[in-house]
Amino acid sequence: MVNDVKIDVRNLNVWFGSNHVLKGIKIGFKPNAVTAVMGPSGCGKTTLIRAINRLNELIIGSRTTGEIYIDAENIYSKETSVFELRRRVGMVFQKPNPFPKSIYDNVAFGPKIHGLSDENELPITVERALREAALWDEVHDRLQDSALDLSGGQQQRLVIARALAVNPEIILMDEPCSALDPMATAKIEALMRKLAEKYTVIIVTHNMQQAARVSDYTMFMYLGEVVEYGITKSVFENPQSELTEKYITGEFG
Amino acid sequence: MVSQRLSGKNGVVRRVKGGIVYGLCLVAVVVGLFSLAVILFDAIQDGLPWFDLQFLTSLPSVLHPEQAGILAALWGSIWVVGLTALFSFPLGVGTAIYLEEYAPTNLLTSFIRLNIANLAGVPSIVYGILGLGLFVQALALGRSILAGALVMTLLILPIIIIASQEAVRSVPKAYREGAYALGATKWQVTRGVVLPQAFPGMLTGTILALSRAIGEAAPMIAIAALVFVRFIPTGPLDRFTVMPIQIYNWVNQPQAEFRGLAAAGILVLLIVLLGMNSIAIFIRNRYQKRAR
Repeated sequence: MVNDVKIDVRNLNVWFGSNHVLKGIKIGFKPNAVTAVMGPSGCGKTTLIRAINRLNELIIGSRTTGEIYIDAENIYSKETSVFELRRRVGMVFQKPNPFPKSIYDNVAFGPKIHGLSDENELPITVERALREAALWDEVHDRLQDSALDLSGGQQQRLVIARALAVNPEIILMDEPCSALDPMATAKIEALMRKLAEKYTVIIVTHNMQQAARVSDYTMFMYLGEVVEYGITKSVFENPQSELTEKYITGEFG
Repeated sequence: MVSQRLSGKNGVVRRVKGGIVYGLCLVAVVVGLFSLAVILFDAIQDGLPWFDLQFLTSLPSVLHPEQAGILAALWGSIWVVGLTALFSFPLGVGTAIYLEEYAPTNLLTSFIRLNIANLAGVPSIVYGILGLGLFVQALALGRSILAGALVMTLLILPIIIIASQEAVRSVPKAYREGAYALGATKWQVTRGVVLPQAFPGMLTGTILALSRAIGEAAPMIAIAALVFVRFIPTGPLDRFTVMPIQIYNWVNQPQAEFRGLAAAGILVLLIVLLGMNSIAIFIRNRYQKRAR
């Protein structure tokens, strides 16, 4: 069982000022699977995934206790390089946030900051990442165009490519489709399934159908605590907690 | 109460109110533009007969206004503004980046921020007197171009810092987070994402501040830039004069011809100013297009 966990969250607490957002979270995320994190607004979903790449630290007044182990290595230990951690843990945000640079430069940004300056290697890395994000066919003949000229769905796949370019192991997605139309959403969802073959994927979503469609495991959070966690099918069809059932049936949320 | 009729009194009152505001705004615009037009017309009318190549390429003369020119002051201004740009841009941008990206949020930082805003409002003559004591005397730079440029740097530094801070602040948080999430260090985020976005704003702020510097006379008088110069400065330690002082000097002469020279000098100053502002606008537009 222990071997079957990629990210082991142990007694994680996060405060923003005096606001206790995450309360003793214990959970193990499985490798090569999509895990959906669900729950009503303000329950701490986003804070949880931002704890996994330590992005909460950018917020002044935030405080974190507890441990998160990735492959048995505590990412909150003093020896951990937060920059190397964030290379291994990619993130896709709610609103597509490509840099105001060319498509090529967006994808090359990560490899460059991590020291890849080989002029022959870089284009190969960029192409691989764009292919993996299912964007290559649409942009290969205009890599020097501004990334901001792409459609919203293309932009979101571009930032996925940007994250993939630095060879991560884990991909965090914070409501990646909430700003997209159904067609673009379908493409991203298909991509999530494909990414799960190689990466550990965690998505925060408000959309229950989406969670049911793409995830292998589903976690339900409420007021900063884990209410339920299990195989998606069983969470949806046979929820153990009354709270989960109410949320799924739309009684609150 | 909502009127049921489409032609109620209520609608008329609101339309009249809107009309009054529109009229007042129009008056404000006209007053401003009209004054500017009068000044410009006056300067052109008096100055145009004197404004020729000879004027641009000659040194001033007390006895022969028809042979006098603005060359010495033009070069003095170019030297001072050039050096000021060299000093103030890196200092101002560096300060802004430190304050926005690196400085901890504590009492000292807020105190510094507050005082930079205050410094932007200090009268320029105060900087001139400070420069006289600090650069001319204490640092023994003499009444040189270098001393003048350093005073100008102090004078416009707060403006550049504030403009650059605004530029840094206007970079969306999403860009920074995107870069941090890829494992970028603070410097890599600043260098790779923040600076390219903030650069046009910083540059335009600097150029507008420099346009202010080129029109300043008071601090230059305080550090005693010469009033009458019959040579072109060749290095930063030379004595010098600047265009506003030269203009002031001509205005003070009794003969009417010198007033024409002053007007021609004003034209040169205005052309240089317009040129600098155009460059600022050009840079901003170019970068905005590239960013999009």
